[in-house]
Amino acid sequence: MELSHKDLLGIEQLTAQEISLILDTAVSMKEVSAREIKKVPTLRGKTIISMFYEPSTRTRTSFEIAGKRLSADVINISASSSSVVKGETLEDTGRNLQAMNPDLLIVRHACAGAPKLLADALPTPVINAGDGSHEHPTQALLDAFTIRERLETLAGRSVLIVGDILHSRVARSNILLLNKMGAAVRVCGPLTMMPRAVEQLGVEYVPCLTDAVRDADVIMMLRIQKERQQGARFPNEREYSRFFGLNRAVLRHARGDVLIMHPGPVNRGVEISPDVMSLPYSIILDQVTNGVAVRMALMYLLTGK
Amino acid sequence: MEQIIIMDGPDIDRTLKRMAHEIWERNRGGDNFYLIGIRRRGVTIANRIARKLQEFEGVTIPVGALDINLYRDDLSEIASQPVIKKTEIPFPVTGAKILLCDDVLFTGRTIRAALAGIIDMGRPQVIRLLALIDRGHRELPIQPNYVGTVVSTSRDESVEVMLAEDDGIDQVIITRGEINGAES
Repeated sequence: MELSHKDLLGIEQLTAQEISLILDTAVSMKEVSAREIKKVPTLRGKTIISMFYEPSTRTRTSFEIAGKRLSADVINISASSSSVVKGETLEDTGRNLQAMNPDLLIVRHACAGAPKLLADALPTPVINAGDGSHEHPTQALLDAFTIRERLETLAGRSVLIVGDILHSRVARSNILLLNKMGAAVRVCGPLTMMPRAVEQLGVEYVPCLTDAVRDADVIMMLRIQKERQQGARFPNEREYSRFFGLNRAVLRHARGDVLIMHPGPVNRGVEISPDVMSLPYSIILDQVTNGVAVRMALMYLLTGK
Repeated sequence: MEQIIIMDGPDIDRTLKRMAHEIWERNRGGDNFYLIGIRRRGVTIANRIARKLQEFEGVTIPVGALDINLYRDDLSEIASQPVIKKTEIPFPVTGAKILLCDDVLFTGRTIRAALAGIIDMGRPQVIRLLALIDRGHRELPIQPNYVGTVVSTSRDESVEVMLAEDDGIDQVIITRGEINGAES
C-alpha cells in the first residue's frame, strides 16, 4: 500500500484507505517522539525545503521538527528573506530550488493553487502546508489523528465546526476528510461566513451555537481570520463572541465529555474563552503534538520512489 | 515453482521448546532479561518462547516488539515505502540483557537495522540473537546465539515461516524458482 499521488495538495485527492495509511503510519511515528533520543535515520541524506510565504509558527516548526526527527536536512525559506522581495516568481524560485536536488518541498502560500503550480512544474513531491482559502491537508490529518486517538474511530462520530467556514482552509480540508471517513459534520457561524449552499459540502448548517453543540462528539473552533476577510462579516468581536464564542454557558448544552479542538493560533476571548481552553477535554495541545507525527508519516510516505 | 515443507507444527514446537531450555540454561537467575521480537513473526516467536519459559520455569519474561523499517538501509532502493508498524518496548533498554528474536536469518541486514533501533533507545548490557531458521548467505558479520534449524539454500530460493497467530498454520516452506527476492 502506498500513496497514489506524487504530492499532497489536498484531502480531496486522498481515498479513505490512503487516509488510514497515513494515520496508521503516524501512530508508529509518534513513538519516536516519546523516546529519549528523538531521532531515527530513515530520511538520512534527504533534503526537505519548506517555503513559507505566509506567517506561521506551529506548522513551520512542526514540519521542521518532523523532518529532523527523521534525520532529513530541513531548510526553511520565508518570503520576507527570499528573492521574492526582489521580484522572482514562485515558479522561478521553485525551478532554482529544484536545481539543488531537494527530495521534498513544503509550501504555504496566500494564493490557493500555489502548491499545485509548483507540483505540476517540478518532479519533486510537494506538500501543501496551507494555500489561501483552499486546503490545509496536514491540519485535517492531524485533527483526524487526534480524534481517532481519543475516540478510536471517525466513522459515525459527530463533529461540529464553528466559525468562518467561507475563508477557512482548515474547515474545507476537515469537512472533506471527515466525510470520506464516515463522520457526520455540522457547521455553525454567522451566515455571512458560510459559503452559499453550504449543505453541498456534505454538512448540516445549524445557525445557533447552543443547538449546534448538542450531542456533538467533537467541537472544532476556527480562528477568526482577520487577514482573509474583506469588508465586515460581523459588527464587532464582542458581538461575534456573544453569539459564536465557546464558553462554559454554551458547553452546558453539550455532552460532558465533548472534545474541544482549535487549529491555532487562538484569539483568546473571541472564538473561545480562556477557561474553556484549559478544560480536561480540551485537546488543543494534543493537536500540536500529533502534528509532528502526522507530518513525519507524510514525509516518509512521499519520499519513497 | 516447487514448494517443500521443511518443518510442520510439531517440528516448530519441539524446536522452540529446545531453544527455551537452552535460553534458560544460559540466562538462569539473571535480572533484566528481556525478549524483543522483530515484527511481525519475530514477535510471535518471542511470545511463544516467553510462554514456554513461563510454563517450564514459572518466570515471566517481558516481550517487546520492534519494527525495523525506519532503520532499513535499502529505503532508497525498494519500490514503495514499507508499511510501518508500532515499536513497543515496555521496559528500559539500558543495562538490559536482550534476546532479539526473528524467524529467518538471511543476509543479516534486518538484524543490523534491529541493533541500530535498539541502541537508539539506550545501552543494553548485551544483545543476543535467536532465529528459528538460519538459511545462510550472510552479507554482514552477524551470527545467531540460538538457532532452530540451519537450512542450506540457494539465493533464489525463498524460505517462508508461517505461524498460526499470523498465518493460521504452523509450517516452514522453501520455494524454488520464479521467486527472486529476499524475504524480510
